Amino acid sequence: MPAKHAIIAQDVYKHFGDVKALDGVSIAAETGKVLGLLGPNGAGKTTLVRILTTLLKPDRGQTHVGGLDVLRQKQQVREIIGLAGQNTAIDEILTGRENLEMVSRLYHMPRPAAKRRTQELLEQFALTDAADRPAKTYSGGMRRRLDLAASIVARPSILFLDEPTTGLDPRTRIAMWDTIRSLVSDGATLLLTTQYLEEADVLADKIVVIDHGKVIAEGTADELKANMAADYIDITVADPHETDKAVQLLQPLSDESAQADAGRGHISIAVKSGAQSIAEVVRLLDSEAVAIAELNLRRPSLNDVFLSITGEEIVEEEAKPKRRGFGRRRSA
Amino acid sequence: MTQQTASAAISPVTSQSSALQRFVWNFTDTFVVMRRNLYAYQRQPELLVFATIQPVIFLLLFTYVFGGAISFSTGGDYINFLLPGIIIQTILFASANTTVGLSYDLSKGIIDRFRSLPMSRAAVLAGRTSADTLRGAFTVLIMIVAGYIIGFRFEDWGSGIMGLLLAVAFGYAVTWISATIGLFVKDPEAAQVAGFIWLFPLTFASSIFVPTATMTEEWLRTFAENQPVSVVANTVRDLMTGTVNPDEIVLSLLWIAGIVAIFLPMAVWRYARVASR
Repeated sequence: MPAKHAIIAQDVYKHFGDVKALDGVSIAAETGKVLGLLGPNGAGKTTLVRILTTLLKPDRGQTHVGGLDVLRQKQQVREIIGLAGQNTAIDEILTGRENLEMVSRLYHMPRPAAKRRTQELLEQFALTDAADRPAKTYSGGMRRRLDLAASIVARPSILFLDEPTTGLDPRTRIAMWDTIRSLVSDGATLLLTTQYLEEADVLADKIVVIDHGKVIAEGTADELKANMAADYIDITVADPHETDKAVQLLQPLSDESAQADAGRGHISIAVKSGAQSIAEVVRLLDSEAVAIAELNLRRPSLNDVFLSITGEEIVEEEAKPKRRGFGRRRSA
Repeated sequence: MTQQTASAAISPVTSQSSALQRFVWNFTDTFVVMRRNLYAYQRQPELLVFATIQPVIFLLLFTYVFGGAISFSTGGDYINFLLPGIIIQTILFASANTTVGLSYDLSKGIIDRFRSLPMSRAAVLAGRTSADTLRGAFTVLIMIVAGYIIGFRFEDWGSGIMGLLLAVAFGYAVTWISATIGLFVKDPEAAQVAGFIWLFPLTFASSIFVPTATMTEEWLRTFAENQPVSVVANTVRDLMTGTVNPDEIVLSLLWIAGIVAIFLPMAVWRYARVASR
């Protein structure tokens, strides 16, 4: 019988100088389930993944993957995990096929088996047409697919995907979700990090929200959302002077206090059911002749989750350009 | 993927692999990584072309520009003195590529993949050093052809080839020094400089271009006579010009073995540290 939890991190600390990348994080991923690690840039997601995949040593804390001690049994851990990191780990000069064959051979598959597995993966990830082109000619989506394919060469029972859809366009992202779902449909355990609530919602059985190296909430997507409204309505009034009036009119629709920007006439309110409330919004504003410039219904964003958990907006790390955030600092 | 593979969900390798098996993997993994590095040369032919032309230009310049002046002190045809030396120089400079290539790889995501695989730890490094050694050997062949065109002749092919093999073996040892440096320098551009800088004194304060006896400063001459580059260059020169001196050969082999014995473990140790920072 496999252990109940395939991935366990207990009280893990990792500081880089003054930066507390991880400040006592504990997570547990149930075997055969998808755990979503949700957090903004620099929250510590990548650091945790690197620690769990033997790439980084924690300052303190216990880590077990597949029942193995990650610090003491590195090589055995590497045999059962697959990792697709944030920087796609493919060789640009090699073709897609050569990349996969190389990884297969480094898993010590005999040559014929490596060739067979490579062909299988190229088909599964719709890369057969581009198989013999150098990977540097691949589009962003293709690179990610090749990277994913490389991560499951050895059919790992435990898979780590670090922001697998960051930087992809929406259409490619949704295709990627299908691919990821098919990877875990056969019972592998997946730890997935993401900045997108929607992605965690679609893919994860359980979500852990982390920020500034600490776990700030966890539960199923439903449990997290139970704490917050189902939908948000964004309204822009034509005349910003009427913002306060509009807020007073709309407040009864929401349990939470509305967010308003009187300078620009923006109002954001959280509601239980967007479809019903949107008609109410129009009716209420119309009754007092408040003209509407723009009206949008949207799903809660990561920012909304943060707002309802911490009462604070996400503080984006200063360290833009994106690739410089400390969570993703590379060891080399 | 099917349900069967799910319940199996085992990777093709198992932790119970024997010590012998793991030992063999050191070599097969190295071979896989070496092939990957050779592909890079094959697909950037301009890199190979320039890396080959440069030493040939050195050879021509030294032969025709300095040859007249230097041959007074070498007491004979300068080309016979120079070619063996310039082969060592070529091989030393080719090893700088190990520093650059390794630090470039370290700056890319691919190294994370290698580290997360159950492959031999030394293979990433050994695959690099052996690919660069092969590249160096290829350049040496070109040099011999160029040398023959401008008048170099082996006295004896047997000892000549022994000399070339010794030169390549020395090159292999030096790539481990370069690898160690590459693992300490994190930035590929800094590596470009760091890879070469230590080679200049070793190359010029040696018997590669001129007889060490012509160096007037005593401390310099003492250094130049005894440092490994001169020891190996002299041995290779003797072998290529038909003199087999067993003592010399043993001393050269000892230097080669010594360098590998110190720098191979140091590079592997450093790689492991860089890997789990």
